[in-house]
Amino acid sequence: MAVKVMIPTPLRPFAGKRDNIELNARTVGEALGSLTTEFSELRKHLYTDDGRIRSFVNVYLNDEDIRYLDKENTPLKDGDTISIVPSIAGGR
Amino acid sequence: MQNFILNEKFAKEIRSHGAETYPHECCGALLGVDSDAGREIRSLFRLVNRQSDSPRNRFSITAEDVLDAARAARGIGLDVVGWYHSHPDHPALPSEFDREQAWPWYSYVIVSVIKGESQTIASWRLADDRMRFEPEKISAGATASALP
Repeated sequence: MAVKVMIPTPLRPFAGKRDNIELNARTVGEALGSLTTEFSELRKHLYTDDGRIRSFVNVYLNDEDIRYLDKENTPLKDGDTISIVPSIAGGR
Repeated sequence: MQNFILNEKFAKEIRSHGAETYPHECCGALLGVDSDAGREIRSLFRLVNRQSDSPRNRFSITAEDVLDAARAARGIGLDVVGWYHSHPDHPALPSEFDREQAWPWYSYVIVSVIKGESQTIASWRLADDRMRFEPEKISAGATASALP
């Protein structure tokens, strides 16, 4: 499926300075996998060392958080848009 | 090192926010412009600390709040270029927890609030390899007109 992944501003330096990447994938996980294979420097900002999406990284398919769909197995259709939105946390 | 302009008006607003929410952490978005010439904060967007279970030593901004801040920034022709929060009774140094939850590029401004009084403000950026925060030198804005 031909889909578009929107790249948030802080991660554009690791994605060829592009604000979106078009790629073909069957699931959200496959799309993020292709993205981070093409732009390997992105990977550590999206995934932990053991390969899980970082807890503060939220992935939306169109306007739906994939946690409420089928997570990374969420299927894609032509024209879908995937967005990556951080939640911000910290403290002393 | 890039020029990072946080003028005294906004520094004061961040200090006030930190004192108001003491002993809890405050948080908000830094709205501004970023270019090869540097980064300048031109507005702040206060946010509610969503960390209800340990707000004295943690803060949390949800993805929905992040999107709200981005919409607010776009509405006035700015970008979200970073985030601020307070460290009640603690120095303005990023913690290991801060590092784990950060992305490069953003400016992370921290204000130290000691016994209810805001003191040092510092800004930090995560290194591209995620291994450490690097200090960002804050300028009060003498060169503001150099930025678009």
